[in-house]
Amino acid sequence: MRSGVAIFPGSNCDRDIIVALKKITSKAPLKLWHKDTEFPNLDLIVIPGGFSFGDYLRCGALAARSPIVSNIKNHVSRGGSLLGICNGFQILIETGILPGSLIRNRNLLFTCKETILEIQNTIKSPFTEGFQIGEQFKIPVAHNEGNYFAPKPLLEELNNEGRIAFKYVKGNNLDNNISYNPNGSSNDIAGILSENGKVLGMMPHPERAINSLHGGTDGLRFLIKCIENIVG
Amino acid sequence: MRAIVNISLKQGVLDPQGQAIQNSLSNLGFNNCNNVRTGKQIILDFQVDDEEQILKETEKMCETLLVNTVIENYDIEIIKEI
Repeated sequence: MRSGVAIFPGSNCDRDIIVALKKITSKAPLKLWHKDTEFPNLDLIVIPGGFSFGDYLRCGALAARSPIVSNIKNHVSRGGSLLGICNGFQILIETGILPGSLIRNRNLLFTCKETILEIQNTIKSPFTEGFQIGEQFKIPVAHNEGNYFAPKPLLEELNNEGRIAFKYVKGNNLDNNISYNPNGSSNDIAGILSENGKVLGMMPHPERAINSLHGGTDGLRFLIKCIENIVG
Repeated sequence: MRAIVNISLKQGVLDPQGQAIQNSLSNLGFNNCNNVRTGKQIILDFQVDDEEQILKETEKMCETLLVNTVIENYDIEIIKEI
């Protein structure tokens, strides 16, 4: 399993995902800098969360035009797996690798809390394979622009093609008075897949739920299965 | 020469910031306004004086970086005398 973590000025969850990947694969992932235009072929690239380029212009807009991106696109066309978490998801949207947009949270608040994700019925993907449809994970979010927005035809297309990886759901252990959808995203979307299923963009942070001290280990359960699937 | 890019959200795209501003306005007694939409303006100064070239270049900038055409519209205004 060869993995890499793409780091931009302002990324701040790179260390956490590196710790998670190391814990699972017992091998440190390669650190890729946003200016890197050459790196070896990898099985998985993760674009971590943070505030790349200070969220200037639009979240992820400047990172998406960095030198490393053409290599990330080559990685995808080779059939490599790609995971964008939070700001990483925003970057994937801005590169056009994933469709739609992520706009300001409906309540205008930076929202940092635990959410319950539910696995949807998707196309074949290393990020959903081996999970039960309806299986739930408790994974935290922390963002200001995570409100997934897309024109209605695109939402229908994502739904019909099985490209909605997970949705926010109420779950059993959350107070019913608390909104379970943290950002107002269309159809409660929390993560979407590319056409070939190899690219996942998600707002929640699995790397922040890998140790019981974090308040839960559902993120680890999720990542372990993904990596098993990628290794094959 | 100067190009001014005005960026606005497309119709139908939720503008929570605009809604919050409208709420505040209405709390202040400005009740005649029933819809607020926000946007942004980007000002670009050029050293060349070819209006057509500046317009073309600015359009290209908008399409490649400045504007997210999934959710935003834009228009470009050229100012000859800065």
